[in-house]
Amino acid sequence: MSHKLAAVIGVGQTHHRAKRGDVSMAGLLREAIDRAMTDAQVTFNDIDAIVIGKAPDLFEGVMMPELYLAEALGAPGKPLLRVHTAGSVGGSTAIVAASLVEAGIHERVLTVAFEKQSESNAMWALSVPVPFIMPVHAGAGGYFAPHVRSYIRRSGAPTHIGAIVAAKDRQNALKNPYAHLQNPDTTVESVLASQMLWDPIRYDETCPSSDGAIALVIASEDAVAKSDIKNPAWIHGTQMRSEPTTAAERDQVNPQAGRDASAALWKQAGIKSPIDEIDCAEIYVPFSWFEPMWLENLGFAEPGDGWKLTEAGETRIEGKIPVNMSGGVLSSNPIGASGMLRFGEAALQVMGEAGEHQVEGAKKALGHAYGGGSQFFAMWVVGADKPSH
Amino acid sequence: MTRDVAIVGFSQRQMKEFDGSPTCVELLVPIFQELWEQTGWTKTDIGFWCSGSSDYLAGRAFSFVSAVDAIGALPPVMESHVEMDAAWALYEAWVKIQTGLVDSALVYGFGKSSAGVLRRVLSLQMDPYTVTPLWADAVSLAAIQARAGLESGAFDESQMADVVARSMTDAASNDSAIRKGATTADDVLAQPLYADPLRRWDCAPVSDGASAMIITAADAPGFDKLKGNKAWITGFEHRVEPGALNSRDLKVSESTKSAGAAAGVDGVDLAELHAPFSHQELILKDALGLGDDVRINPSGGALTANPMFTAGLNRIGEAARQVWAGDSQRALAHATSGPALQQNLVLTMEARA
Repeated sequence: MSHKLAAVIGVGQTHHRAKRGDVSMAGLLREAIDRAMTDAQVTFNDIDAIVIGKAPDLFEGVMMPELYLAEALGAPGKPLLRVHTAGSVGGSTAIVAASLVEAGIHERVLTVAFEKQSESNAMWALSVPVPFIMPVHAGAGGYFAPHVRSYIRRSGAPTHIGAIVAAKDRQNALKNPYAHLQNPDTTVESVLASQMLWDPIRYDETCPSSDGAIALVIASEDAVAKSDIKNPAWIHGTQMRSEPTTAAERDQVNPQAGRDASAALWKQAGIKSPIDEIDCAEIYVPFSWFEPMWLENLGFAEPGDGWKLTEAGETRIEGKIPVNMSGGVLSSNPIGASGMLRFGEAALQVMGEAGEHQVEGAKKALGHAYGGGSQFFAMWVVGADKPSH
Repeated sequence: MTRDVAIVGFSQRQMKEFDGSPTCVELLVPIFQELWEQTGWTKTDIGFWCSGSSDYLAGRAFSFVSAVDAIGALPPVMESHVEMDAAWALYEAWVKIQTGLVDSALVYGFGKSSAGVLRRVLSLQMDPYTVTPLWADAVSLAAIQARAGLESGAFDESQMADVVARSMTDAASNDSAIRKGATTADDVLAQPLYADPLRRWDCAPVSDGASAMIITAADAPGFDKLKGNKAWITGFEHRVEPGALNSRDLKVSESTKSAGAAAGVDGVDLAELHAPFSHQELILKDALGLGDDVRINPSGGALTANPMFTAGLNRIGEAARQVWAGDSQRALAHATSGPALQQNLVLTMEARA
């Protein structure tokens, strides 16, 4: 049994800010949804189902907010699903939406992911003590710093690699009017001069905390054919993998779940050499060092060699494998939306609609998300052309 | 044209209060073990995993994360989670099988309502800017719905009492029911009012629970070695209604009606309806157009145990058990979510060789 083809036909996102006090949650979502629907040239009448994703409800303080948001989502009378897979949720949500089309169940699905962290206190939400589980109380940076330290030790990477990533992503963000951080003066030197937060992670190597949302319209091959959309982003493959938070044999620097997911993804998309066949990648990099780490995990580089691509400038927009052309998670991080932003940016690139951060001639792009303690992975490959294999 | 998928395993726990404070892992490990015993399958026969639970019920963020440990997920698995009743996790898994990318799935849900004050926790599902600050609690909202039905003549108190009496009487033989025992409508009506017009027995008992289910396509590689029974899914649909209570008619359930019509309810001889309040069973029965010859909730239904985030999946599992036992040829199962039946799911299944 083979699945049906699906394509992204509309992408819409909000302006991301530390606090979007000008809109409610519903208003924030509609900002993204209305842009995506306009881009897709559809109205709510054309939408068969809605799939919504976000990270923990405690981040806003509303239990199952999709229930109150039903009207704003245009959902009454339709199926509505709510996905939550930690930080990877934006990616997983897009994949669930795609599967509704790939299964032949629906023609057009609206999917949206958001976080309005300013409505509550994410640090508090992450700090509730749990029975029988060792509290970390170090924030995400404190949790991931040992992974980064371990990566540096294993790979022998020079210690300024993280600063190269941060400077690149912040410069890329200047080309993206939706990006939260717009810091024109960020350079490798200025990043290295910023305060050390969780050694070896410096302040300027961390992501901001943002309010924001993104929406996609995903359509079947028939629905695309009937539309006036000339540049759909065809979905060539989707994969999700999970592994436990703690297990003695886990490799948290290069997790097997990520390696398995990407290996399956490349196979599904008919890609033999990712670095040669993928034109650009939006990778979930909330702390700068995760760029070289995930380049290896995804198979763009051999283990230990990811940093060499970064150092050589190959991950810049004009490089061999551009990474995070939009500015990435390092420049905007509405957590529940961050994964779908990666998926949406990949779609924009192959649609040729990425504006100033467009990679010239991008035909195949990767969207990637991870979550939890580097244990949940979601990724897709989109292409300007229909899959040929 | 959908792919033939069957329910082949179901296991659950429901109780008033879990002893101690077990982790998700501790709850799920024995339940998964029962599924392996029922089906003869092991973890490697499962292509996709999906769960349903709620962070707010657990009182913490990312409550589903540690549940993955129960799978024994190294090597890693393809896995997802919905912040909904596990009945919707089953829907996601069924869709995944329909894509042809996977052939089988294990779906699970868990929730420990006893850790907090459920009716107040659920008030956080309302509009956060205008309604939640008033602490409109779940039982009171259901009472408003019951009052609307009574005053319109859609149903009366004795019909509600009949639902309670039948449920508690049927649950007498259900080992895992929390509130049960031979009961008459007069017994019910003799109880004092709790949230006018609801009596305590009109409202589901606050319950803890966990459950899990295995579904598989007929052409799954491991299908031949399955030793369990099969209940074939014939229809699977869900719909949502507005969140604002004043923008829907509380006496009826439009979303159940349209989900039922899309799933196809003709010819069902049994229905497991997820009605946490007695009057809601009457609304659901009407929305689905079920005749008096359709057996409703032989398990006792949600009025006898209503573990949040698994009670909907439990309805599907209880209906499957009836099909497996040969006591139903064609069964319907229903799950609900949100205040006053806001979101509803209908699954139909049938016995077939």
